[in-house]
Amino acid sequence: MERTIRVLVAKPGLDGHDRGAKVIARALRDAGMEVIYTGLRQTPQQIVNAAIQEDVDCVAMSILSGAHNTLLPKVVELLRDDDASDILVVGGGVIPGEDIPFLKEKGISEIFTPGTPTDKTIEYIKNNIKRK
Amino acid sequence: MEIRKRLLKGDKRAAARLITMIENNEAEAVEILKDLYGHTGKAYVIGITGPPGAGKSTLTDKLVKHLRKQNKKIAIIAVDPTSPFTGGAILGDRVRMGDLNTDPGVFIRSMGARGRLGGLSEATRAAVKVLDVYGVDYIFIETVGVGQSEIDIVKTCDTTLMVMVPGLGDDIQTIKAGIMEIGDVFAVNKADRDGARRTITEINMMLDFNKGNWRPPVIPAVAINNDGIDDILEGIKNHMEHMKETGEFKERRIANCKFEIIDLVRQRLMNTLLDNSKREKRIDELSGRVASREMDPYTAQESIFNDIK
Repeated sequence: MERTIRVLVAKPGLDGHDRGAKVIARALRDAGMEVIYTGLRQTPQQIVNAAIQEDVDCVAMSILSGAHNTLLPKVVELLRDDDASDILVVGGGVIPGEDIPFLKEKGISEIFTPGTPTDKTIEYIKNNIKRK
Repeated sequence: MEIRKRLLKGDKRAAARLITMIENNEAEAVEILKDLYGHTGKAYVIGITGPPGAGKSTLTDKLVKHLRKQNKKIAIIAVDPTSPFTGGAILGDRVRMGDLNTDPGVFIRSMGARGRLGGLSEATRAAVKVLDVYGVDYIFIETVGVGQSEIDIVKTCDTTLMVMVPGLGDDIQTIKAGIMEIGDVFAVNKADRDGARRTITEINMMLDFNKGNWRPPVIPAVAINNDGIDDILEGIKNHMEHMKETGEFKERRIANCKFEIIDLVRQRLMNTLLDNSKREKRIDELSGRVASREMDPYTAQESIFNDIK
């Protein structure tokens, strides 16, 4: 039997719009994954603590506030401090194209901008989780 | 370092990983649990159950916060339903427990029920052992939102807290068999709503007929406002003391172990039955014949059972 992939869907920072996060959570659920949903306004530390306790394969963050260049790299950094770099980190939301190279350099594996079909995100997660 | 040693030292990642290994039926996990079994049995296990939306997660959050003031270490296992179609799940109990996330004295783990119908998942009992070795004083298990007969929780924990809300039905519901029989402590949450007093009375009337020497308390609460939390903890503590004084604690743990052994045998039988593609094909073939009335389901059962023997 195939192993169930576990994904933490999180909303870092101070924006209060979680429709996108819920849509992606639902899509991942329908793709057979276990989605741990943490709700709004999470700090990077909260996200990392949850990711470790839940032993997820992937942290998927949705951010619309504009603070992505601060918050997303912080999550990667805290995961590294906790010896959990084997967790795949992806982001999505309103993120300008010019910020994407910076985010990738900081360890966010992929960024999904508005309009990305959910299938593409699902495929990406399936193909890129680091743990077998 | 080896996962066993790390877990004994209270390493969070080791605990989290071992639970995943159990959920994925990795054989190594069972060997590790065998070795560590002697270190379990120390934590007090509290089950929290009740219908969907009754406030189980919110109540758990508040109860745990109160216990943290007494510096107790806590683990929470929160089970949510798994899709019967895709195997996927949305595990959303953490949403109500946001602040506990940064407390190093609290470990929260969400689990999908993964096809099991009793309100827990097959791996829940093993996860309790892992968190016990990891080293906590209390383990809270929050079940899937239950209907009328999901009673696995009572066979897994030391005290069952049944969370009810006003307005779910008339007093006939309270005298039915099933989940209403398994509460050691009853909380009527959202007690600021209409009909709360009536719900409390109806549950009390039901409990007045109970035999046995523990009379469960029925406690009104408004979890979101922190009302009634002290009373519920007091109720749980009284039940714990009652169990220890009367020897029921030992009896209950023996009964729970018996249930676990039978359950493990049952799981193994089911796995033997289904982890075989040839047999699965045969079951599919028999299903077609049973549907077309060529064969009856009892004969089909006999044929499969004889094949296993």
